[in-house]
Amino acid sequence: MTAQAVAGKNMALAKAINESLRKALESDPKVLIMGEDVGKLGGVFRVTDGLQKDFGEDRVIDTPLAESGIVGTAIGLALRGYRPVVEIQFDGFVFPAYDQIVTQLAKMHARSLGKVKLPVVVRIPYGGGIGAVEHHSESPESLFAHVAGLKIVSPSNASDAYWMMQQAIQSDDPVIFFEPKRRYWDKAEVNPEAIPAPLHKAQVVRAGTDLTLVAYGPMVKLCREVADAAAEEGRSLEVLDLRSVSPLDFDSIQASVEKTGRLVVVHEAPVFFGSGAEIAARITERCFYHLEAPVLRVGGYHAPYPPARLEEEYLPNLDRVLDAVDRSLAY
Amino acid sequence: MTVESTAARKARRSAGGKAGTTGTKSSTTGTKRTTSRTAAKKAPGTEPELVQLLTPEGKRIKNAEYDPYVAGITPEELRGLYRDMVLTRRFDAEATVLQRQGELGLWASLLGQEAAQIGSGRAVTDDDYIFPTYREHGVAWCRGVDPTNLLGMFRGVNNGGWDPNSNNFHLYTIVIGSQTLHATGYAMGLAKDGANSAVIAYFGDGASSQGDVAEAFTFSAVYNAPVVFFCQNNQWAISEPTEKQTRVPLYQRAQGYGFPGVRVDGNDVLACLAVTKWALERARNGEGPTLVEAYTYRMGAHTTNDDPTRYRHDDERAAWEAKDPIARLRSYLQSQTDTDEGFFAELETESEALGRRVREVVRTMPDPDHFAIFENVYADGHALVDEERAEFAAYQESFADVEEGKQR
Repeated sequence: MTAQAVAGKNMALAKAINESLRKALESDPKVLIMGEDVGKLGGVFRVTDGLQKDFGEDRVIDTPLAESGIVGTAIGLALRGYRPVVEIQFDGFVFPAYDQIVTQLAKMHARSLGKVKLPVVVRIPYGGGIGAVEHHSESPESLFAHVAGLKIVSPSNASDAYWMMQQAIQSDDPVIFFEPKRRYWDKAEVNPEAIPAPLHKAQVVRAGTDLTLVAYGPMVKLCREVADAAAEEGRSLEVLDLRSVSPLDFDSIQASVEKTGRLVVVHEAPVFFGSGAEIAARITERCFYHLEAPVLRVGGYHAPYPPARLEEEYLPNLDRVLDAVDRSLAY
Repeated sequence: MTVESTAARKARRSAGGKAGTTGTKSSTTGTKRTTSRTAAKKAPGTEPELVQLLTPEGKRIKNAEYDPYVAGITPEELRGLYRDMVLTRRFDAEATVLQRQGELGLWASLLGQEAAQIGSGRAVTDDDYIFPTYREHGVAWCRGVDPTNLLGMFRGVNNGGWDPNSNNFHLYTIVIGSQTLHATGYAMGLAKDGANSAVIAYFGDGASSQGDVAEAFTFSAVYNAPVVFFCQNNQWAISEPTEKQTRVPLYQRAQGYGFPGVRVDGNDVLACLAVTKWALERARNGEGPTLVEAYTYRMGAHTTNDDPTRYRHDDERAAWEAKDPIARLRSYLQSQTDTDEGFFAELETESEALGRRVREVVRTMPDPDHFAIFENVYADGHALVDEERAEFAAYQESFADVEEGKQR
């Protein structure tokens, strides 16, 4: 096998997940896809497009419109030896299933003293910036990261989306897979023969020396743009794509901050009790003498996600992140 | 140009010229509402049919539909059911006492529900899978789960001390109703596998109000899952009577989902056995879900923390005492079979031995190792758990140093 012979394909993030699900369905008969409209329609974002046609209604299952039922029955199927990958149609619709995820899915391995494993993947298209109506633009990852027993990941690009989905399905732990819906159509090269990075390891996507920008999911692209803009002003920003919110790769952040001395965390989720708060606290503990400035955060406000005409003001954008970068560098 | 909806135009028209008509109409609607409410009260639920094969006096009643399911039952098997109920009650009483003595933090007694649990528990086969609530001590007994294993979570040494797959008996579930969805999913899996087995999910009258139970009914019906929903209606959800959960008898809810529901005398072990066998047979035959409502009574408190004197009268309990599940089978065994007094005496001895064993095991049940906090949080590990375990170890270690220092 040579790299040339299996050159990667350029594909959109949504298509990469589709390909990854297809591969999982092909290679493991226990893998099931479940969710609302995932069959004939292929999901409202077409992420499961064509899968029911090729793998049948028994494996790609259109479910009743009941999220608790979707996750609850997925738990039962996992108890029977299946590996269900369930789709929650939109971020704001996950809450009927929150009880099953928090009280049952997350705790079963511990309460069975390790005798029961629940390899369930819960896919959630999340985040804003698409001009949607209420409950279609939220970023609830912190509400899940607070729960022991769950693993929380979010890819930022098509290649990671492909590989991280493979790894999530292979995981014996339940994984909440947050898909950055505003990046669904962004293309990147996906090489199905590559050797992927470990699922919960952060990646330096741009090296720099003056300040560290940390993001995941939809905000990684923005942070790259911020780094480009800052470079024009002669500032060298390092961008770290966390990829995983739980576990969180503090070692990689620490290594970067020990080099740069400054850290700005960016996420769409509200700043208050967000993942940035946890990162700020731990990095302050780990890097106290390396820090030249307090850890700053850029994210959503402590207000309901606003109507679409206001979302550009609510979400982190180039100027808001640059403003935080300026404030950090001014210390 | 004004754009308005058809409905808005209609409303304006009636508000215009025909105010009187509108008034009459609304009063008619009012009458209709009252009528329909009365009708609902008189709905088929007033005197629901109850499947009973053994009267409270121990008399066998013929039932063409369900007799076949217990037709071949021998006196030996009947004595087996009796033994199961007596030993379960003895175990339950011992656990209540152990709580009073401070050996258990809490106990949820099944007193009064022995027939519902033993009857249904003996109807399942080894390959069937059971999803209990937290009160199915009798079903666990039928399943061969060591009763002392059930006590770990009530003592606070674990959150479920048995391997669900070794007895096909899932862990106790405290968030009521959640397990009905797990049961449905498991049954969907059985159907996919083409397995000739079924699932039974236990829940109570209180849990019947949970959305998860409604969703389990929906999913199981849509996918024709081989699952039996076994609802023990013990009349009380802590302090709330069944009237606070439903306007129709619970078994009738099944109709709305498109599968059969049956109310069985939950204090009649024979009827519970027969009806559950029937429901499981339906599941195995590919006929989908069934709802069984076992009409019974929680003779004790909700748990040892509860005080039923605050919300119910003693005479209600007395009335149910007359329908005791164990007493009626004893009458039947004594009058209709060759069961001699020796059997009862022997069982009494066995009962006491069980009580003694439970007592001894619980009292010597060790506290878990401190590091158990961090065990099994994840199947594949988690960096933060490792980090916090190390911090905890260092903290514990610091105490050891101090103690050693003092001794020196």
